[in-house]
Parts: sequence; C-alpha cells; structure tokens
Amino acid sequence: MNLPDIEQVCHRLAGDLQEMIRNEGLEDPLLVGIRTGGVWVAERLQKALNGSSEVASLDISFYRDDFTRHGLHPKVQGSELPDTVEDRHIILIDDVIMSGRTIRAAMNELFDYGRPASIHLICLLDIGRRELPVQPDLCGARLTLEEGQLVKLSGPEPLELSLA
Amino acid sequence: MTDPSKVQLTEDGRLKHFLTTEGLSKDLLTEILDTADSFISTQERAVKTVPLLRGKTVVNLFFENSTRTRSTFELAAKRLSADILNLDIARSATSKGETLMDTLWNLEAMYSDMFVVRHADSGAAHFIAEQVTPNVAIINAGDGRHAHPTQAMLDMLTIRRHKDSIEGKVVAIVGDILHSRVARSQIYALRTLGAAEVRVIGPGTLLPRDIEGMGAKPFYDMKQGLADCDVVIMLRLQKERMQNALLPSESEFFKLYGLTEEKLAFARPDAIVMHPGPINRGVEIESAVADGNQSVILNQVSYGIAVRMAVMAMAMSGQQTLINSEENA
Amino acid sequence: MRYLHIQNARIIDPASQTDTIADVFVANGAIRTIGRRPDAGEIEETIDATGLWLLPGLIDLGGHLPEPGFPQKGTMASETKAACAGGFTHICSLPDTKPVADTSAVIKLIEEKAAKAGYARVLPLGAMTQGLAGEQLANMVTLFEAGAVALSNVRQPIRDSYVLRRLMEYAATYDIPLFLTANDVTLAAGGCMHEGEVATRMGLAGIPETAETIALAQILLLAEQTGVRAHISQVSCGRSIRMITDARQRGMRISADTPLANLLYTDAQVTGYNSLYNVQPPLRSEADRQALIAAVAAGDLAISSNHRPHEIAAKKAPFSDAESGMSQYDCFLPMAMTLVSAGELSLDALINAVSVLPAQILGMAQSVQENSAFNAVLFDPETERTITARDLNSRGHNHPALGRSLKGQVQRVFIDGQQIC
Repeated sequence: MNLPDIEQVCHRLAGDLQEMIRNEGLEDPLLVGIRTGGVWVAERLQKALNGSSEVASLDISFYRDDFTRHGLHPKVQGSELPDTVEDRHIILIDDVIMSGRTIRAAMNELFDYGRPASIHLICLLDIGRRELPVQPDLCGARLTLEEGQLVKLSGPEPLELSLA
Repeated sequence: MTDPSKVQLTEDGRLKHFLTTEGLSKDLLTEILDTADSFISTQERAVKTVPLLRGKTVVNLFFENSTRTRSTFELAAKRLSADILNLDIARSATSKGETLMDTLWNLEAMYSDMFVVRHADSGAAHFIAEQVTPNVAIINAGDGRHAHPTQAMLDMLTIRRHKDSIEGKVVAIVGDILHSRVARSQIYALRTLGAAEVRVIGPGTLLPRDIEGMGAKPFYDMKQGLADCDVVIMLRLQKERMQNALLPSESEFFKLYGLTEEKLAFARPDAIVMHPGPINRGVEIESAVADGNQSVILNQVSYGIAVRMAVMAMAMSGQQTLINSEENA
Repeated sequence: MRYLHIQNARIIDPASQTDTIADVFVANGAIRTIGRRPDAGEIEETIDATGLWLLPGLIDLGGHLPEPGFPQKGTMASETKAACAGGFTHICSLPDTKPVADTSAVIKLIEEKAAKAGYARVLPLGAMTQGLAGEQLANMVTLFEAGAVALSNVRQPIRDSYVLRRLMEYAATYDIPLFLTANDVTLAAGGCMHEGEVATRMGLAGIPETAETIALAQILLLAEQTGVRAHISQVSCGRSIRMITDARQRGMRISADTPLANLLYTDAQVTGYNSLYNVQPPLRSEADRQALIAAVAAGDLAISSNHRPHEIAAKKAPFSDAESGMSQYDCFLPMAMTLVSAGELSLDALINAVSVLPAQILGMAQSVQENSAFNAVLFDPETERTITARDLNSRGHNHPALGRSLKGQVQRVFIDGQQIC
C-alpha cells in the first residue's frame, strides 16, 4: 500500500485548520496534542500557523479504558496544560484515529482541567474501525488497511509513517 | 517463603506488591518516581481525581494506629477513583496469628483488590502477600522495624525535586536508626538510586548491629557525620526509648544530635532538611531549622499522595497483567 | 533359644570401634553373637541386611512432647513413632508439658503413655523448679525416684542467682544430674532471631550471643562451686564452646549438646521471614555453626533434636508472632547424615554425637556388641526420596525436610530386641 507523504498532508491540514479557525471565529485557540504522536503533529501545525498559539500536551495514561486489559503504560510522561482550559477553544490533535477511545479519554481528561468553550478534533490519519461516535472535524488523509494491520507514526524529526 | 524483594515482582519484573525498596532495580524505582511526578501534575488541577482505578476496592488494613499515613493512602486511593474501606484492627493479645488469618479470609470474601497494610511485626506485609489469594495487591504501609517503602520513595522524590538527582549525593540519616523502618527503606533506595554515601548518625544504642552490611556508614558525631552532606534526614524519636535504657533523656539527645542551625552549618550550605513527621520540636530538631529555608518537610507531605498513587496504580497494573495472562492461558 | 538373624549388615559402632560387615544374632533382647552362629538354638527370623547399616539406636537429650497438655500439636504415639522413624530408640522428654512435669504423677503419666504408645522409649526430664517458674525447688529427689533421668528448667529463666546456687547444691547432695540451658532472658527480651546483619536487614529484634554466654558463665561458676553434675542443653554459640572447653580444662566434668538445627542452618535462613526457622535457641552465624561442628567432630558436643511439633496455625503468622520450634524427629538421621555427605562430619563423629555421648551423659550403655541390649537401627544409606507430608509421622509439619530430597532412610528400629518399626 502507498502511504501518503506526511509533509504534504501536514501542509494541507495546516491550511484547512487555519481556514477552520477563521471561519468558526475561534479566538485564541489552544492546540492540544495527545502523547506522543499527536504532540508532534500539533507542533508541526503550530509552526505552519506561524507559532501564533501555544501547544499543550495530553497524556491519557490515567484515563484509558483498557487499564483492566493492559495495565498502566510503563512510561507515563504526564500532561502539560495551562493552569486552566476554562472557556478556551481547544484544538485536540492526534496522529491516527481508529476506535475513538483515545479521543474519549482525552476529552474526559480535558474536562478535569476545566470547562472549555469548544473542542475541535484534528487527526492526521483516519483508518476507520470506529467503535465510538467520534469523528474528526479535519482529517489529513483516510486509509483503508488490511485486517490486523496498523499504521505507526515515528518522529518527531522527520515524521514518518510505517505499517505494522 | 521467598525473598521479600522477589515476592513483590511479576515474572517480567513489574511491581505486583510493594513491600520493600530492597532488591528493586534502579529502573523500577525511577519509574515509581516518574509516575509520581505525573500524578503531582494531576494534583494541581481543578479536578484532582483520575479514573484509573474506578471500580477497584482498596482496603486500608491498619493493625497499628496511624491516622496520618492512613489518610494519605485513603486520599491517594480516592484520587485514583478506587473505593476505599478503612479497617482499624486492634491486635488482640492472644492468638494473634489466627486473628490475622481470620481477618484476611474475611476480607478476601469481600472481593478486595488491594490491601494497604500497617502492622507492628516486621515481615507482616510479606506474610500477608504470601497468604492472600492471588491478584490482591499488597502495599506495605509500615511493618515493624522492617520497611516503610512509600515513605522512603516520597523522600526520594523530595530529594530528586529539590536536588535534581539522587546520584552522587551525600545523605545523612540522624537519630533512632535501630527502630526505624523508614531508615531501612531509605538506605536501600538511596543506594540503588546512586547516592554517593549514606550515613547514619546516632548513639551506639540506636544504631543497629552490622549496619555497614546494608551499605550505610555509621557516625556518632554530628560534626563529622554532617560534613559535606547534601541531604539531612531527621528521624522521629519515640518516648519509649528513654524507658528502655537506650537513652538517658531527650535533652541529652537534643544536645548531641538535635538539629540546630549551628549543627546544620556542618553540612553543605545548600543542604536540604527532611523529616518523615510528626516532628518533636526541641527533641530531634529545633523550630528555627524545621521552619527554616533549608527545610523541605512540608513539601514531603504533599509528595506523599502522588507517590502512593503511583505505587497503587503500578501494583494494581502488575496484578491486572497477571489476571489477564491467567485468563489467556 | 530362638534367634533373630541379621545377615550381612555393616555394623558401625564407635563405642566398640567397630566398622565391619557381619551377621548378628539376637535373642532375649540382647545381641548374643556377632560374626558367628550361636552354638545351639534355632533361627526364628532372618533379615537380609545386605547394603544396610546397623547402628546403635539414637538417644535424644531433649525434645518437646505434646502430651500431656497440647493435643493440637500431636500425641505421645505420633511423636514417639516419628522419633523411631528418625532413628531414635530413646528420647528425653522436656518437662514443659501441661501440667509441668514437676510432680511424680506427671512423670508416671508420661511413662505410662509412652509405654502404651510402644514406640521410642521416653526418658522423662523432671522440672527443676515448681511450674518451671524458676523460684521454688521442685521435689527433686521424689522426681528422680519416680523415674526422671535428670532435671531441667527448659529455657525458662532462674532469674535469681541465689536460687540457682541452692538448686545446684541440693541436686549435688543427691547426685541428681541437671540439664541446664543458658539463656539470660533480659538480654534476649523481645528478640526472635540471632542479633546480626540479617536481623538488622529484616528489622527483626535480635538475641545477642551474650544472652547465652553470660548465663553460661553463671552456670559454669556455680556448677564449679557446688560440684553438681551439669549438662548444658542447647548450646548455640561458638563462644560458649570455648567457655565449656575452658571449664573442662579446669577439671570440671561438664557435658553439652546442641540442637541439630544449629548445625544445619544459620541466621541467613530467616531471610524471607520463613517462620519455620523461628527456633530457640536461635540459628546463629556461620562462624558459630562452624564452631559447633568442630566441637561435635572433636567428640565434645552431643546433638539433640529440640523437636517441637506445631499445628499449622502456630506457624502461620508473621515471623516474630509465630511460635518457635521445629519438628525434627522424622528424618532426623537422614538430615544429620547431610553433614556427613557434605564432608563436615565423619560418620563416626556423628554416631558418637547422637548415640554414644548421650548414652554416657545419661549413664546408659548403648552399643552394638555381644551381650549388649539390642537397641539399634537398620539404616539404608542409599535410597533417595522426596519428603512429603505423608512421610511424616509427627503431627507437626513444621519440618525443614518437607519438600526436599533426602538420601538415606531408617528401615527398622529395635528396642531391647523387639522390632518397633
């Protein structure tokens, strides 16, 4: 399968994001990347937006719904968010969306920091297989993978996609 | 029975109980500190709980009274969204062993997932870990003179946050080492995490025999013992020590080992002062030092919850992977 | 006469300096001939003992029997049968029964129960002081006349030196032997294991060696002064051995024993809080163990069992809360033989310490030679087996051999010519 060129996808996504922020009138949006890949993508997008907004990172280890299956992630790094997200417009960014469970966990965690004004979801890749009613507002590319196949983003420099 | 340091690990080296700092690898101790760091950040939020242990039942099994320690475990469990049950069990004078076993069987019937155990006998947490049905995690909240690993780890976290690293530091532990489970757990953790030197300072009656075998260097004099120290840890002195002919009086102890500004001046100027609490002001430490700018005693208390959250989450996680591998097999 | 014919046994009898393969003919409770057929009479039974050892029966200088008083820990039958299985023909029972063996009635009761059980012969030790309280003298002469072979206060203290002195003087008057245990309870207070690096690491309160040596010094000086026949039970420290040797060099007749556990294990065994190794006297350092081994090798120290069976609940507790003591009778000889196979003791030294010396201390004859009472053990030195709970006769499963593989097994035990098991 041909994997899309990441730099191109990021570039396009940045443009779409800029447009969305403008169209929806999102004032002082907060970019929040989900560890680890989502943070890298968020940093790319921030650069493309000329660094006008800050990037926060979210570690959802304590919010996963699969603790009873897999236990605690061995390398918890913790979240780095501003003191409050109260009334902020959040741009939540992840590298790959699949089941939607990560996004659910991330939103739960965000709400423990305060009540945001809005949340928009941006994903680099959508590989389908959704298990929850969660859809990205913007998506860089859609992929259809074989059964059992996964896609993995490595980074931060360069960002590269590989199949696993 | 196997070595206590082995009982607490799964086959692939993850924590499934937390009984002692002895025998744990540097990586594992560092993982506890890193995880605790992450929990410190959740403690600074508007909503301080995380949903990690939702639906799990934690039992505080305290055979020895300690409201402080019990409260920090209770808070830690609540902030992990676990259900918590507090049991204060007075030890009956007769057939103590049977009482303990009966208690355990009763609690197992309640489908508990974790026991936090405080007991006056050394090895009690280890004994319980070996006796309870599998998949109940045991956290040692202090057993006799043996170990108090969560206290030791919160002390390690304190040192790491205030002195950047434990590596290469000279640490002195002062006072009643003989009866101190905290000191034993600290010595192992400090040695493993790379402290340059661990010293114990006190009178011969309060330093246990062959303490060098644990990797600590004994001193009888504060001036020599505190020279070049980066960290000074004062231990609490119990009143009973005077009745047992271990010490003549509190005043003589304070004269020789009480931490005053003059004695603290023997240590490095940037040395930090720690104390597991509760403090006996004027016995082991004077107020000017306890409340002074080198004291990090209050910070220790706030790190206690994060460290306990970390080991509870990690031990429950280790148990969880055991349950899963059994189900798959 | 009708004979029991034991064919082709390797006879090992240090008392007569015998180590030979020969036939033994037994009749009317005694060995009639060795190596030659008796002139007349018929052979009633022949036992092929090819490859087996014929040893003098083991004599225990002190074990705790659960009767009377502790039915949950075992019975006279279970423990004396276990003793036979371990190679013992005779065992001295410590007086800490319930009631304490401080009256002739209790001594008689023990003897009757032992006779009824019909396994190892029980030689009761009477209590030195009433109720073992260490204060008032027991009726020492009455106890001795009732059948107590010696008097003991077990590990209970006689706190008052004056009482100890008078007790020794009184015993000396009637030449009653005393089995004394050196244990200063004020120094041992609160301790549950040897004071040393392991205790420090485990956070367990230690028992210093001075708890034994200070009490021993007191015993030795008073024994010297009073001239009492003294035996020191349950020695655990190397320093004690030197003190006893010194006393002997001053001309004192003084004997001593050490529990087998103190020869097999050290305080390192406590790592892991295994309550099985909570014993009194405590397991001490490797240097102590070596000194005890050397004393046994030199023929100066007997080995006792210090057998103490416990029900499961007694040991199912954190280390310091568990009851002290180890079940030792079953597998005693194979366990002791591990010292021989490890090259730490010669076979002769071992047999000497478990049979010859104890016999001397008790004033008995125990020997595999012509015209001796036939109190002996047929031992299979080769068979190897893994010990399971089913192999134990003792009710006390607090036995260190459980689950481990042991070489050697007692095949038959004879007491006064009768095969007991």
